[in-house]
Amino acid sequence: MPLSGNPIRSKIRAATDNAVTGLAILATLLVIAPLLAIFGYLIYKGASSVNLDFFTKIPKPVGEEGGGMANAIVGSAVLLALGTIIGVPVGIGGGIYLAEFGRGTKLANAVRFTADVLNGVPSIVMGMAAYALLVGPQVSWLPFLGHFSAFAGGVALGIMMIPTVCRTTEEMLLMVPHAVREAALGLGVPNWRSVLSITVKTASPGIITGCMLAFARVAGETAPLIFTALGNEYWSLDLNQPIAALPLQIYKYALSPYDEWHRLAWAGALVLIVLIVLSVSLVRYVTSRGVLKGAS
Amino acid sequence: MSEIRTFQPQFQQQKPSEGQAYAPQPGGAPGPGGQMGDQSDSAIRAFLRARGNSALADGGFRALMVLCGFSIFGIVALIAIVLIYRSGLVWHNFGLRFFYTYDKDPATGQPLYWDPVNGHFSAVPFLYGTLVSSFLALLLAVPLAIGVAIFLTEMCPKMLRAPLAFLTELLAAIPSVIYGLWAVFILVPLLREHVNPLLSKGLGWTGLFTDDNPTGLGFVSAGIILAIMILPIISSLTREVMIAVPHSQREAVLALGATRWEMIRMGVLRNARIGIVGGVMLGLGRALGETMAVAMVIGNTAEIHRNLLANGASMASVIANEYAEATSDLHRSALTELGLALFIVTILVNALARLLVWAVTRGAPAQAH
Repeated sequence: MPLSGNPIRSKIRAATDNAVTGLAILATLLVIAPLLAIFGYLIYKGASSVNLDFFTKIPKPVGEEGGGMANAIVGSAVLLALGTIIGVPVGIGGGIYLAEFGRGTKLANAVRFTADVLNGVPSIVMGMAAYALLVGPQVSWLPFLGHFSAFAGGVALGIMMIPTVCRTTEEMLLMVPHAVREAALGLGVPNWRSVLSITVKTASPGIITGCMLAFARVAGETAPLIFTALGNEYWSLDLNQPIAALPLQIYKYALSPYDEWHRLAWAGALVLIVLIVLSVSLVRYVTSRGVLKGAS
Repeated sequence: MSEIRTFQPQFQQQKPSEGQAYAPQPGGAPGPGGQMGDQSDSAIRAFLRARGNSALADGGFRALMVLCGFSIFGIVALIAIVLIYRSGLVWHNFGLRFFYTYDKDPATGQPLYWDPVNGHFSAVPFLYGTLVSSFLALLLAVPLAIGVAIFLTEMCPKMLRAPLAFLTELLAAIPSVIYGLWAVFILVPLLREHVNPLLSKGLGWTGLFTDDNPTGLGFVSAGIILAIMILPIISSLTREVMIAVPHSQREAVLALGATRWEMIRMGVLRNARIGIVGGVMLGLGRALGETMAVAMVIGNTAEIHRNLLANGASMASVIANEYAEATSDLHRSALTELGLALFIVTILVNALARLLVWAVTRGAPAQAH
């Protein structure tokens, strides 16, 4: 241990300490800078193009001014609704299994671990698997199969939501005190009823938080949609047809050579980020004032 | 309803016997238990009987929840099976050689890495692109992320801690495609005009930075945008493991007369290092599979260049660009094989990372956020 009384040495130590403090502050500033730059440019470039037309019109053909992304916004809503319908119940169910039935068992640990690992699987691989399962195979007597469709995109998004929802649900359920469960069971409430009406209900702010986090995460996903939902320049609400999505549209327009499309891409990105930041902030707000903290 | 009621006597026989473990005959569940049930017909019990037993409902509910939990195994297995099945053609034709050799033009000796039209397929340029861009990203992100984590856990005034943590986490919430959009229109021009000439001038002698690419796209652009994207993951996990280091460790080092940095180095980082490695690996896992932003700025040419300012392609970016319009079965199969490799590698990296983080935070007390 450097505990000598040497004055030069202690000066060096103090200087190192200050230098490290400075570097840590610098690192923090360097990390905040891109964030501010991204948000700044999104507002600077996007805000002027976000108008009523943007929300009510579909894209105009190349070369024409104006147009909007109404079809992409609605398409994203459809895809996310489908994803939520698939992902949230299964995810919550998995979380209930982990917290209520499998607690402490090896099997539950394996499920938990697999969920964490699945969370890290690249979204492009998810999209590829969804393609190989739902878009590639031709089965004439089954609907939705064999071609690009909103259905395939929604399934891909739903599967991506499962691990996040599952793990947050579990964490939230674990925070519910045992006494609450015992009180319910002691009154003769059947176990399933106790889990759903007492435990899950107690933890519901946290569980909703988890669902919204998962929602915010997949709302911006592009990679799993490229070869499932594919994108669409026109109005479509048909689950059996390719459908437009905001992230897909941003991707396509950003790489196009047309200024008009670049403008729309920035506007779309601004709308998307506002949607995501709103849901994340709402989650923050709810969790910071609710009894159940700890979701992050 | 009648079916459910048949379970009722069983329920009443078992419950009292469990409660009376100290009774003379604890093992004789059906006999005395049944009597108990018949004797003490309290209001609660009558109420319970009236509303029916729930063994069937309970069993069904439990089975459903177990099914939901196990569906996660099912998903992973399904992805693996589908990818293996779909990449069979390339595996059959090339085997492992797909990952380490490539065709050469017989006339000129030039490498033909990837030419779907003429049937040349090799994963080599994409492995190179993925590794180089991810490595660059880690090189930039790890010191910054650890610096942020140190600042937020050990130095930052309490007032600033929550907002700063929120801001870094917000960075994780920005979608990949928006990073890509920003990179294409803001970052890449900036690099092209100002940074790349400097890199070329200062570090050109290494051969790694030759400013001959007029687009500004390439490995460096991809590495920088990836670094920004993986930073929040690494810093939040580093923070988590640093918080998990017991306070007594810090106090012990401080009591020996250490400065704050010495305390952080010896008391915190040393104890948290395994967890930090885990966080870095999670970041690596994300960087390897990150698609949209990379696809938008890496340049998308299946070539290998020592020059980091040149265009390249990563495994994820080539899949994103070509899979939907793959020209032949072999082409699609080759892309699927790349996806399978990505799947396996990210699973291994993530599994290892989770184990490392888990090893550190396992015994930690409840964290005060």
